[in-house]
Amino acid sequence: MAAKGRVTFSQDLCKGCGLCVGVCPVKILAMDRESINAKGYNPAYCVEPDKCIACTNCATMCPDLVIVVERL
Amino acid sequence: MAVIFERTKGLTPVSTHYCPGCTHGIIHRLVAEAMEELGVLDQAIGVAPVGCSVLAYKYFNCDMHEAAHGRAPAVATGIKRVWPDKFVFAYQGDGDLASIGTAEIVHAAHRSENISVVFVNNAIYGMTGGQMAPTTLVGQRTTTSPLGRDPKQAGFPLRISEMLATIPGATFIERVSVDTPANVRKAKRVIKRAFEIQLEGKGFALVEVLSTCPTNWGIEPTLALKWLRENMIPYYPLGNFRDATKEEVSDGQ
Repeated sequence: MAAKGRVTFSQDLCKGCGLCVGVCPVKILAMDRESINAKGYNPAYCVEPDKCIACTNCATMCPDLVIVVERL
Repeated sequence: MAVIFERTKGLTPVSTHYCPGCTHGIIHRLVAEAMEELGVLDQAIGVAPVGCSVLAYKYFNCDMHEAAHGRAPAVATGIKRVWPDKFVFAYQGDGDLASIGTAEIVHAAHRSENISVVFVNNAIYGMTGGQMAPTTLVGQRTTTSPLGRDPKQAGFPLRISEMLATIPGATFIERVSVDTPANVRKAKRVIKRAFEIQLEGKGFALVEVLSTCPTNWGIEPTLALKWLRENMIPYYPLGNFRDATKEEVSDGQ
């Protein structure tokens, strides 16, 4: 069984570049078009947190250190 | 439950001024993590360049020094010679290192100064508004080459790593990219290796990192990574060009 993980986004640091969304192997990240953060961007968020496999790809590509990854 | 990825102590807790999707942020993190893992943050002195990363001194959580345009290797040389026990690195872009600072980087490598250089190549002048750089690809459109770079007029793009690898004094020269998570992880290993070479007192090490400029390339960040992969890597191949610590290099003689 694949590892389980949890990603936590500090959304106010996000610049909405979307690099994390494209590298997620389980495709559970998206840009939150419903909200605007302190910087004025649509921040990234995790749509289906239960499916995270703690691969750290998203955090590896994030230029702004928005994401903390935990292995459960 | 264990935290397997969090903010490195090598970076200050502030948000950078870089544009959305700019890979400077990734490369800053790699440099900071490498310093943290090697335990040199307390003795590190970085030299910031002129260019987009001119404010790097605000972001690295170690002592920093600003240099005049292109002169980071010369400033780093001075610092290292006065403080040989400190860990000294220069962080430069291609507008800085590959044009106005070519003399400094060539001679720092030639003297085999015991410093580490992180060279960020995004094939354009970012801070000043997207002008053609020496590293701009043939046919690439910039604000000063609106019809694409014409080699008859502007010459061919300069391959810095290949050029420096011909210098006997250069100890370690490698080109990496940050276009995929795998390449980012590899880039970190290479940067760490370059730093170790300085700690071992073995001389000049430079890591060229292929980077993007979504704003001035005029494409969104994810497509910029794809553009890098499809256009820059064929002209600027990844790999090690010189590692004098591993084998005797013939030095072309």
